[in-house]
Amino acid sequence: MAGNNPPEATHASHPNYVKIWGVLVVLLIASVAGPMIASATMSGHVKTAFVLITAFGIALVKAYLVAVNFMHVRVEPKIVMFIVAVMLGCMVLLWAGVAPDVQRHQGVNWDNISAKEEIKRALSAGAKHAGDGKAHEGAAH
Amino acid sequence: MEQPLSLTRNTAGLPTGRLGVWWLIASEVVIFGGLIVSYLMFRVAHQEWADQSAHTNTWAGAFNTLVLLTSSLSAVLAHQAAQAGNGKKAARFLRFTVLGGSVFLVVKAIEWTTEINAGLTISSGMFWSFYYTATGLHGLHVLAGMVVMLFVAADAAKNKNLHRVENAGIYWHFVDLVWIFLFPLLYIAK
Repeated sequence: MAGNNPPEATHASHPNYVKIWGVLVVLLIASVAGPMIASATMSGHVKTAFVLITAFGIALVKAYLVAVNFMHVRVEPKIVMFIVAVMLGCMVLLWAGVAPDVQRHQGVNWDNISAKEEIKRALSAGAKHAGDGKAHEGAAH
Repeated sequence: MEQPLSLTRNTAGLPTGRLGVWWLIASEVVIFGGLIVSYLMFRVAHQEWADQSAHTNTWAGAFNTLVLLTSSLSAVLAHQAAQAGNGKKAARFLRFTVLGGSVFLVVKAIEWTTEINAGLTISSGMFWSFYYTATGLHGLHVLAGMVVMLFVAADAAKNKNLHRVENAGIYWHFVDLVWIFLFPLLYIAK
């Protein structure tokens, strides 16, 4: 046969892909609306938790649906999951090794002065930017 | 004509061509995973990033997410058609996927132009460095996927090398997956 090979029938029964796409779209709408509702009606830790769940929790569900239904990871041989899991493990290692230095700016006998200065500089620049915006709005009126 | 090695040789329970795509994705996991993990660490440590991310356009990001999800749907429908031996239908779906990729890139270009005109460039701060690096790298992957899809579609339309439709699709779904995580990080968590 001259290279006209249909893929081998590893995925003999296909799910209803349009239905899965519909679920993904509904989840997308929820992930946009959730944080907006939280910003308008909530505050403090409740708001943070709601934003994290609706934005990142839903992203995880969407990723799962795409991986399982579109990429068919469930019917792939175990070596595929092994390869990907090893790489994800490398990411955890990266985080565990670097996070203590990056996520904290001071500790016993050390102080990340440049990070603190950068935060101060960026916050004041942001406040100035916001002030300029208000001044422009005032001039427009 | 002999069948290609990527289809006939089987060393790990799946054709070598598909195993190659999974190895490619594994290397991409490290590239994008490294970026995303670094972003998360800095985001936790720098409260000023919340102010900076407030300038990204949530609606443009949401629209692009919808576009990529839809293009993933057409990629998997192309795989279904290829498996049924319908190369012409598979090629049509693949070209629709390329169209989705084009729309995505046009929207991204408009966003970048607006942001750069507002003075928010790659050197405006660390948030913007991450933003342009992550979305730029992702955009390059979208472009690469579109080129691959066009070649695969040209063959599929002649009912040739239909096994490549699934391989190209797996790559495209991965590009979609990366965006699924970049969207809340850059556009929603403000």
